[in-house]
This record gives sequence, structure tokens and C-alpha cells, in this order.
Amino acid sequence: MSDHDVCDLPGIVARWHHDPANLVQILRDVQESCGTIPSDTLDQLAKLLNVPRVRIEATASFYSFFHAESHGAYEILFSDNVIDQMAGKAELKQYLCERLWLEPRKLSEDGLVYVDDTADIGLADQAPAMLVNGFAVPALDKARLDLVAELIRVRKPLAEWPPMLFEIPDNIRQPGPLTGEAFAPGAALKATLSRGTDATLAEIDSANLRGRGGAGFKTATKWASCRKAEGEAHYVVCNADEGEPGTFKDRVLLNSHADLVFEGMTVCARVIGARQGLLYLRGEYRNLLEKLESVLATRREKGLLGRNILGYVDADGDFDFDIEIHLGAGAYICGEESALIESLEGKPGKPRNRPPFPDRCGYRNQPTVVNNVETFACAAKIAERGGAWFAAMGTPQSAGSKLISVSGDCQRPGIYEYSFGVTVRQILIDCGAEDAHAVQVSGPSGTCISFREFDRRIAFEDLATAGAFMVFSRERDMFEVARNFTHFFAHESCGFCTPCRVGTSLLRNTMDKLAAGKGSAYDMNEMKNIMHILRGMAHCGLGHTAANPVVQTMEKFPEAYERRLKRLDFEPAFDLDGALQTARLITGRDDEWAHLADE
Amino acid sequence: MLDGKTIPFEEGETIMEAAAAAGVYIPHLCHHPEFKPHGSCKLCTVSIGGRLGAACTNQAAEGVKVESETAALNADRLALTQMLFVEGNHVCPSCEKSGNCQLQAVAYHLGMLTPHFTHFYPARDVDASHPDVLLERNRCILCELCVRASRDVDGKNIFGIGGRGIKARLIVNSASGRLADTNLSVRDRAAEVCPTGAIILKRHGFTVPIGRRLYDHHDIAEVPVAGLKEPMRD
Amino acid sequence: MTEPKKLKVATCSLAGCFGCHMSLLDIDEKLFELVKVVEFDRSPITDIKHCGPCDIGIVEGGVCNAENVHVLKEFRKNCRILVAMGACAINGGIPAMRNNVDLWDCFQEVYHYGIGLENGQIPNDPELPLPFDKVHPINEVVRIDYFLPGCPPPADAIWKFLTDLAAGREPKLDYEMLHYD
Repeated sequence: MSDHDVCDLPGIVARWHHDPANLVQILRDVQESCGTIPSDTLDQLAKLLNVPRVRIEATASFYSFFHAESHGAYEILFSDNVIDQMAGKAELKQYLCERLWLEPRKLSEDGLVYVDDTADIGLADQAPAMLVNGFAVPALDKARLDLVAELIRVRKPLAEWPPMLFEIPDNIRQPGPLTGEAFAPGAALKATLSRGTDATLAEIDSANLRGRGGAGFKTATKWASCRKAEGEAHYVVCNADEGEPGTFKDRVLLNSHADLVFEGMTVCARVIGARQGLLYLRGEYRNLLEKLESVLATRREKGLLGRNILGYVDADGDFDFDIEIHLGAGAYICGEESALIESLEGKPGKPRNRPPFPDRCGYRNQPTVVNNVETFACAAKIAERGGAWFAAMGTPQSAGSKLISVSGDCQRPGIYEYSFGVTVRQILIDCGAEDAHAVQVSGPSGTCISFREFDRRIAFEDLATAGAFMVFSRERDMFEVARNFTHFFAHESCGFCTPCRVGTSLLRNTMDKLAAGKGSAYDMNEMKNIMHILRGMAHCGLGHTAANPVVQTMEKFPEAYERRLKRLDFEPAFDLDGALQTARLITGRDDEWAHLADE
Repeated sequence: MLDGKTIPFEEGETIMEAAAAAGVYIPHLCHHPEFKPHGSCKLCTVSIGGRLGAACTNQAAEGVKVESETAALNADRLALTQMLFVEGNHVCPSCEKSGNCQLQAVAYHLGMLTPHFTHFYPARDVDASHPDVLLERNRCILCELCVRASRDVDGKNIFGIGGRGIKARLIVNSASGRLADTNLSVRDRAAEVCPTGAIILKRHGFTVPIGRRLYDHHDIAEVPVAGLKEPMRD
Repeated sequence: MTEPKKLKVATCSLAGCFGCHMSLLDIDEKLFELVKVVEFDRSPITDIKHCGPCDIGIVEGGVCNAENVHVLKEFRKNCRILVAMGACAINGGIPAMRNNVDLWDCFQEVYHYGIGLENGQIPNDPELPLPFDKVHPINEVVRIDYFLPGCPPPADAIWKFLTDLAAGREPKLDYEMLHYD
């Protein structure tokens, strides 16, 4: 009945070199092959890896995709971004649950199937979407769910499901230098080797390439600093933990332009003197793994990876470099570079204290470059075509092109590659969003702009973005958008620091209180105080920005809040009458004094 | 420069260390001079040349203006302390640690009159299985001092943090999850480093009566180092 | 010269133990000074059952049942300044330690399995206040102006607090007077 094999723990541990630093990968493999990570497995892993059980439990209990209890042969997780909700996720989820005769978050009585929500899975252009045993199924509708329900009913193993369920088109609507031009694998590497590392770094520098993850740190500065830093080894890490709700451009780059990304990593390795690279792929992109492994294998065959790359030998010795893919396990915080490194080292993804930054002290405490997928793709293009070519695109402060992941209320959601400096209005015209009222640029942690600001530009000097571009029409309730995002942050807070651990939950609870029609001006003021604490005191970017959606929608769409305020003064923190319900049931009372009327 | 006074420091020292050496108190809970800085409670947040950062993890530097005792920072610290109070179940009247508890003492220092925020009243386990040590998770503030003490001093790795976000919780190194099934000894540093009443030695709760305890009469600023039995000045 | 107008004060105890009220009485001979400037409205001290307009309302205890809410709302409606006195009013205190015991288990323990009970039944009399799932501090039900912590607050703290308020000063407690236990 089970879609899962018997778990070969020693085999899994051996495959990951008995190295506790690979614990997240080991747990992923256990979870994938066994369907759960039971308590006694933690004990066995502790023995096999020779580390304390408590450390294994800490990691196993941190990531959303690991669980000790069985989720049956089929675990179905619905993507729960606001875009999925707008596309009818709630109704479809209920539909599937009814078809399968089960309740969400409860294993079906026959132990076969489990249905729950998960954070955005990077398919906002094909929403609503879901994961089945970790594999993405996009563009859900009743017909597709009928098919899924039937496949589950007949207990068809996932590997035998019709491939069309898992087909995910790129939806590249406006191609550009990264997404529209052919790239000959090896071209950038050859140029790098003939130009030399100093000159290549100079090209990256003159290209004015800045990090595409959103923060916009200058790539050449990072590479130069890492190159200069002393260590036993240098590492190149590609951040493909694209977890920001509404973003999916890295998925498309990795699906169709993986050579560009791997080549960028290899160029970086050459510049900083690294022999080992790691791609940290978010767990939600599990479906890309085999394809990416085969691209790596082809590159090894072609001499573009591995020992003696392109047969090159110079005074510094051979050029050896290889790339290993690590998968995440459902933790948005791992997109933060130091949390990502912790995860690569087998630990819970909690951001480190910085400084030191990874360029000096990163993976295994060695000098490490961590760059976004798109940044490495740009670096490869620059190595191939030169810094001047790249710098000629965009604006003086924001050179080059930018991939925008468009989703929401528009006719043509998908990937748009623009030169930096494009206006929001232009993007809205191109994607067919005549009725746009608001746009969430760069996801929940980014900027919410109203229709009054559509002449603003996508650029580091104006609207910096990791790529998400969620469009909301006039009919959408911006309060509900912000509320969805507060739930997201509360779920994804790592729990390390007080302000974020407690503050994100307080914020979520207060938004829920307003949504229930029990809000007051007092609550609005409370939220402002919590925002202030989060922005000033939180440990990392997640906490600093977690209140942004509320702050910005309060400011730009005050009417969405005002009509929810029951009273201007004060409303109880909990539902008074609801809190009597249990006692009413126990005593069988329903008299006047057994109720507290709303005033 | 700390709050307008020039403070000496040695290369590599944190702001917290330099301040402590100069007798200046910066509120803190997860910091302890004997352990590696952690930087999680954020109570020691100071303004470092206009940017906010934790005093326990940021290094002191020449010519940098650091502000700590400002009304604004103390208001934010108070809010963080209140968050810690509502996050757990802190019932001081029933707690053996009352009067010697650093969470309580910091709250006294900051003049906390109410936890202010809506209480979470989380359901947390009490583990009384160990013959000598009580683990009362209702009072845990996730400072990880026990984690660090057990790992770095005792060499035992008895404690860890499981879960994520608001569901983060103190876990112990045994398959049963019980403290009795670990090799924790009453002599371990981890057994007595807890700043609150989350890990306490059994049968010692009331050797000093309530009302005659350390913070009943001394502001924590006078006795900032945990474990000191006598105030530094009086 | 006319007597200065006395401050009207009301007090009550909700889910508390009356310990705070005992501590109020513990100001001993200062009570005489207090009644020179203060007149008590609804209070266990006066046995007045409902309060009229007051300057200060002092509430001991948290909110554990429906009746507590009615009393608290009456106080909020009638008192210009509302004070949460003691640990229970401020964070639920000892009664809130039941918050993670299932309410059904509480009823069972009290009415079915308690020592000395035979054929116990759960009462459904409307006169009995119906309990909430959890005990809450009073500031989660109405807006509170001042908090006076302690279990109970020391008599000196109550005295200092009230005299500050009566004199129109912002109440301020010395370190020794601020206690949560």
C-alpha cells in the first residue's frame, strides 16, 4: 500500500559520507524513502553519525517537511500564498478533502493520505498549486483534483502518475539576455581562463553587478573579499532557496538555464580559488533535482566540472571544482545566507551573528561566496560578454537586466526580463493588468505600492526586488493580503530572537482579531508598537521586515482597516462569549447568564 | 564612548564586556560572561553609531558612539521583557526562583508593572523525573545558557532547542524526552546556570525565604553577574 | 473653608484570594488618614453591591467567569481611573495555573471525583457564574489605566500608590515596593 520503501539508514548515511554536516540531506532522504522520521530513527542516526541525539532532534523538528508521525502514502500540501487563495485554493482543498473523505491535518482513517497547507511553493504564475510527496502539481482545478483523487483511490504509486500532472511550463513572457539568448556551455569559462582571474574580477566589477536576491550588495566586492580571506578552503554557494512568496524566477532559470547558473558558480570558483560548490535548492523544487544532477553530469563529461576543468593547468595548479546539490526542507529563513549555511552544515536554519560575514567565515567556517541563482547567471554572461556590455543595460546604479515573477490579477502571469529602470506601469501593461490597484513588489518582505505609485521604477535606487511582483485588482481586500503575510512570517520565524519569535505571533493574532471584527484603535496602536520593536531589535531581515505588509497597507489602504474596527477605544483580547462555550457544553446551560452579549 | 563616557576596551572585546569591565550595566538575559555570546534575547540592544545592535555580539571599536541608557532603548527593552513574560507561563508567586530570578530582576530594573501584551498561556510540560533537578518549561525563555553550559563546559550536550518560531522548546538528550534518562548531574554547570526557574535544583527552593533574596533588595544593575551571591556594591 | 471633596473609590475582588484587600487593610493606622480623603463606594469593605460614578476603581483578581466580566465592565463604566491590583489582575496569577488543565477535567475533579463526593453531579444553576476556558488578566477584557503588582502588593506600595494618585501625581514605586511575588 505504501508509496515508501523500507528505510536503509546505513545506506543513506554512507551516501552522505557519514558526515553530520549533511544531516539535513540525510533526514530528507529518510523522510522521502520512509515517509516519516520516527523517534527511534533519531537514536539510530545519533549512533551512526556519532553525534548527540538532541542535535538531531533539534534539526529534525525545525524543518516543516520533517515529521515523526505518518502522513500516509500520499502527503498533499496546498500552497497557501495569497495568490493561491485568490485562485480558489480554499474551495479546491475542501473539494479534494471531500472527494477523499478526510479532514485537513488529519491522516485519513485508512492511513493512506494526509492534506495540509504549506508556504508558497514557487508556482504563483500557475496557482493554485500543491505538493504531492514533495513533487509540485500546478494549475489545480476540479478536473485535475478528480484525477488525483482517483489515482490515490486506486493507490497508484506516484512514479506511475501521468506526467502531465507534473508539467510546469516556464511561462517566459518577455525574454532578455538571461532567458532569451542561447548560451554555449563553457563559453564563459573559456573567456575567464584566457582573460585570467584578476581581469575577470575586473569585468564583474565594471559590470556593476549587484546581488539579485534583493539586498543588492556589489558582487565583485564580495568575491574580492572572499578571495583575499585566508582559510583552509574556499566555497561557492548558490542560494536557490527561493522562498519569498510570489517569486519563481530561480525555478525557471534552473529549469531551462541551469548551465548558465553552474557556469557562473564555476567562474566564481576560479576567481576565489574554490574547489567545492554547493547549490542549496529549496525543498519545494524537488522536481528539479534529477534534471539538475544530469546537467552537472553532462558538464563533468564535457570537462566543465570536476578535475582539471578544460584541461587547464597554470602556476596555481589544476583547476578542480565540483558542485553538490543540497535540498532544503521547508524553511523560508534558509534564504538568509547565514541560516542557509547553518542548514548546509546540518543544523536548524537560524541566522548567525554577523560580522563575521560568510566571505570571511561561511560554510564550515571558511571563506564562502553566497550568491543568488540569478546573480551567478549574470556573472556567467558578464564573463562571456564583458562588463561594459552588461553595464550598458539598466540604470547607472542598477546595471543589467532583472527577472520579474509576475502573478496575481493579470492576464499573462509568468517571467518578464527587463532592463533595470522599468516602471511598474509598464510591467502592468505588458502583463495585462488594466485593473491593478496595488502591487506587492519583492514579496511580503518587500514593498506594497498603491495605484498612486505605478510610475516608480524597478531598481535598487527605487524599488529593490528579488523578483516577486504580485498584482492585486480593485476587488481585492488589501487587509486580507497583509493578514496572509503576517501568518507567513509567524510560521517562518526561526524563533531565535525574542522580538521576532514573539512579535510575529502577536502581530498575526492581532490581525486575526481584526479579521474577526473584534478590532479597535487600541489594537492598531499595539501593532504599530510591535512593528517598531521588530524593525529595531530583530536579529535578521525576516524580523526587520515582518511588519512591512501591515505598516504599508495601513498607510496606503487605511480604509481596509478602518471598516474592521469595531470600536475606536478597546475590545477584549479574546472572544468572551466563545470562551464560555466549553462550560456551556459541560453544564448543558444556555440561560441568559451563560452568555456574554456583544455590546 | 558609552553614554557619553569614554570606556577602555581591549582588542576583540565586545561592547558588553567592555561595559561590564567598566562597571556599566547593560540589561541582558542570554548573556553570561563565562559563555560564548549568543545574541538572542536582544535586551542588550544598544545604538552603535546610530545603528541598533546587540552589545553582547558587537565588538567595541575606537571612536564609536554607543548609547545604552536612553529612554527609548529602555522602553524597547521593557517591551521585549514583556514579550518574554506573555510567551511563557511566569507565575512569580508560585515560583521557587522568585527573588533570585534574572527575568524578574530585569523586569524590576526596567520598572515593569504589567506584561502588557496578550498572554499566550502555552501548554508546556513540566519534567520532574530527575531525582535532583526539576525542568519547568513554563518558565523557559530560550536563552540557551543551559545548552551552552552542557555542551561547552560539561561536555554532555544534554539540552537543545527543538521546534521553530513560537513553538520553539527546550529538549533534552534522551529518547524518552525525560531528564531522568539523560546523564545530567546535579554538579553540572548546566544544572545551575538557568537565569529563571526553568531548571532548578530540587530541595533547595526555599533555603532562603522569599523577601530575603538577592533581587528583593538589590537592583540587578548592582549584581549583574549571575551566580554572585553578594552585591558588588551596596 | 469647605472640606476638600473626597475621592470616591470602589474596590472588588474577581478571581483572586482577597489577599490584596487584606494588604490594603494592612496599611493599619494610615486607614484613618485614608478615609479623610477617600470615600468608599462598592467594595467588600462597605458591602455596597453596585458602584456609582467613582474617581478610582481598584480591581483585585483576574477574569475567570462570566460574572467577573459583568463586574469588571461595571467598574470600567463608572470609574474614571481603573487600577489592576495584584498578580492575578495583572497576569492571571495562581488561578491562571489552571489554564492548561482541560475545563472538563476541572469540572470532573470538583464535582465527580473530589474527595468525599458521592454521586456528584455537575450543576446547571443559572445563579452559578459560568467559567471561561482560561483565566485572563483584566487588561485583556477592559482598558486599564494603572497596574500595581505584587502577591499581594505590600501595604506600603498600596499606600504610596493611592496617595500619589490622590495628590494627582503619577504613581511611582521605589525598588523595594515593586514585587511580583
